Amino acid sequence: MLGTNYIKILRLNLTDKTISIERRDDLLRDYLGGLGIAAKLLEENVKPDKDPLDPGQPLIFAIGPMNTYFPVVSKVACTFRSPLTGNYGESHAGGRLAMSILSAGYDALVITGKSDRPVYLSITNSSLKFEDASYLWGRPVEETGQILRDREAHIGSGKRSIIRIGPAGEKLVRFAAVNVDTYRHFGRLGVGTVMGSKNLKAIAIGGNNTYHAANLKDYSRLFHQIFRHINSSPVMKKYHDLGTLQNILPLNAIKSLPTRNLKTTTFEHAEEISGESMAEELLLRKFACVSCPVACIHVGLLREQYHPGHDYQYKRIVYDYEPVYSLGPMIGVGDKKDILTLIDKVEEYGFDSMSIGPILSWMTEAYEKGLISEQQTGIPLAFGDVKSYLDVIDRIVRQENQFYKDIGDGVAEASKKYGGEDFALHVGKNEIAGYHTGYGALLGYAVGARQGHLDNAGYSFDQETRDYDFDKLILDIIVEEQNRDFLQTLNICLFARKVYMDKQLVSDCLKSLGINRTPEELIQLGERIWKLKNQIKGKLGFNQNDIKFSKRFFETETMHGLLDESRLYELMQQYIKKRDEIMESIPGL
Amino acid sequence: MAKVLKAPRMEACISCLNCMLSCARVVWKSLSVERSSLRIRTVGGFQTFNVADTCLACPYPACAEACPTKALEVRKGGGITVHPEVCIGCKDCIEACINKSLKFDEELRLPICCTYCGICTHFCPHDCLEMGDTEE
Repeated sequence: MLGTNYIKILRLNLTDKTISIERRDDLLRDYLGGLGIAAKLLEENVKPDKDPLDPGQPLIFAIGPMNTYFPVVSKVACTFRSPLTGNYGESHAGGRLAMSILSAGYDALVITGKSDRPVYLSITNSSLKFEDASYLWGRPVEETGQILRDREAHIGSGKRSIIRIGPAGEKLVRFAAVNVDTYRHFGRLGVGTVMGSKNLKAIAIGGNNTYHAANLKDYSRLFHQIFRHINSSPVMKKYHDLGTLQNILPLNAIKSLPTRNLKTTTFEHAEEISGESMAEELLLRKFACVSCPVACIHVGLLREQYHPGHDYQYKRIVYDYEPVYSLGPMIGVGDKKDILTLIDKVEEYGFDSMSIGPILSWMTEAYEKGLISEQQTGIPLAFGDVKSYLDVIDRIVRQENQFYKDIGDGVAEASKKYGGEDFALHVGKNEIAGYHTGYGALLGYAVGARQGHLDNAGYSFDQETRDYDFDKLILDIIVEEQNRDFLQTLNICLFARKVYMDKQLVSDCLKSLGINRTPEELIQLGERIWKLKNQIKGKLGFNQNDIKFSKRFFETETMHGLLDESRLYELMQQYIKKRDEIMESIPGL
Repeated sequence: MAKVLKAPRMEACISCLNCMLSCARVVWKSLSVERSSLRIRTVGGFQTFNVADTCLACPYPACAEACPTKALEVRKGGGITVHPEVCIGCKDCIEACINKSLKFDEELRLPICCTYCGICTHFCPHDCLEMGDTEE
């Protein structure tokens, strides 16, 4: 992509502080970029016999050939071995990172080893430094950003990206996230924990490299066409107007909003925390990732009294559907300011905001049922009790006793030890996303590359379906995941999936940049990467039959009523059969 | 009166950088965050505000006055026109620029100055930028 004939990889070893730069034409040819090369590099570098937090495990970031060149092509793919699940780890983030990696002159970063003391990486097109970060260790995410913005002023404001972890990642809490440019994240599966295990606090990256399209005329024409299309698209307007939080009311109306540890799927305070209400009362401004005219990033205003009397401060807190679901309905919190206060704390410590809700909600129910007591938790717990949740989050970071250390391993491990597995809301050890829509969502969680996450739009098929055609559902889930693998190999934001699903359009875009791929080859690319990811999972010990669903999933209504447990296991068997058939039919290289 | 670029509605800026990318793409025929005559940045991280560093189109441009070879010609109505053939790359203009919006491109060995073409205004999805008249 940078040269259009090879992938340029920067390899950094944190143990001995060595650097090497590698060019790989085979990676470009076979895996193109983004998720494709990140998955392949993981397969080549991961150590299946070693712990996910072993220094030898790689942490990989990759951009794709269309990043920054085209509207809404703004993501970076990250792969690693997940400390939360022990298996395949993948996460995606936007912000300025893709542009910054591009202008620093690399397609991919492969980070291995462990520094003897905390470091951060400073990377530009003309410099590479392992910098001391001892003074940053223990500092929250925003303060770390503030210090690094000054330290790394040489890269230039507006041209750089600073990604960093908070205390959660440092303490090796297994659901720690990486903050990207204040308002974006590599959120899922403990990528922040992996950075923490390497004593890597942050990466500041940027540069001045300039590139040229192979065919400027075609490139400009395509850019303008897509730019206009996106600006006039009603789908994109939805993401811009209320953002992802617009999901609250519709999901609540169809009984699919996981509430109070999924005891119910409707929330009596849905109106109060809806995208509409948040926008009217607290929306402060919107942001976009580089090259995206949509601006789905919604920032809310939190005015807080910091001292008795009339002393206030204001904070600017980013909100989206998933963190609001997780720190709102899931734990019974129905006040939007309370939710922003919780998000703020979770952001500053650097947790995965999607995991922490199901963890807190499990703790609350386990406490209600007497499986755990104040002896472990230190304080009483109750759904909706914001004060104790804020306190508990502090305790998780402090790891103050064995219980909180166990909580730091995620809800699957904690419930195995303390009981309450029947209501621990994870699939394959990853805490679930905010959809209890039906068989599609649950099957999607179970078979998606990441488990528990949104890899294949199962929740969306549920919403489009009245009467299930299960054969079709299984095939839809497979094809959608392959499609997403294709889109994420180009690092296209999934919010623009309907625009870029047109493979002829993507083929034309690539051609204008000097890369020839037919639409058929692009379809095959998605299939091949899907297969590769399944193979990596196998190599890391994943067995689909090990997936067990908590009873709670079948005790609570979805938009399709109560789900039948044995039906879901049958579906998983049918899926395995279909998956194996399709895997077989995809040619190897 | 000449048209110049203004950024009167930066409160609506979403940081997408499409203005910068369009300047680089259309005026400078490249993909670059460096090769753009305007720059969008925050004043202290995303929690603060966005500002646009644009050519002020000064009536008596300090950059042109600093140029030893007259590569920067004062434009009628304010601002400058760059004559690349006589630029020696001394960067005195960059030093002199009042708001440091003038940047030097090391690869082209030229100052990257606004051409007052207005292309960036067409790619701002939030209408933050506009072409306006210079002050009397």
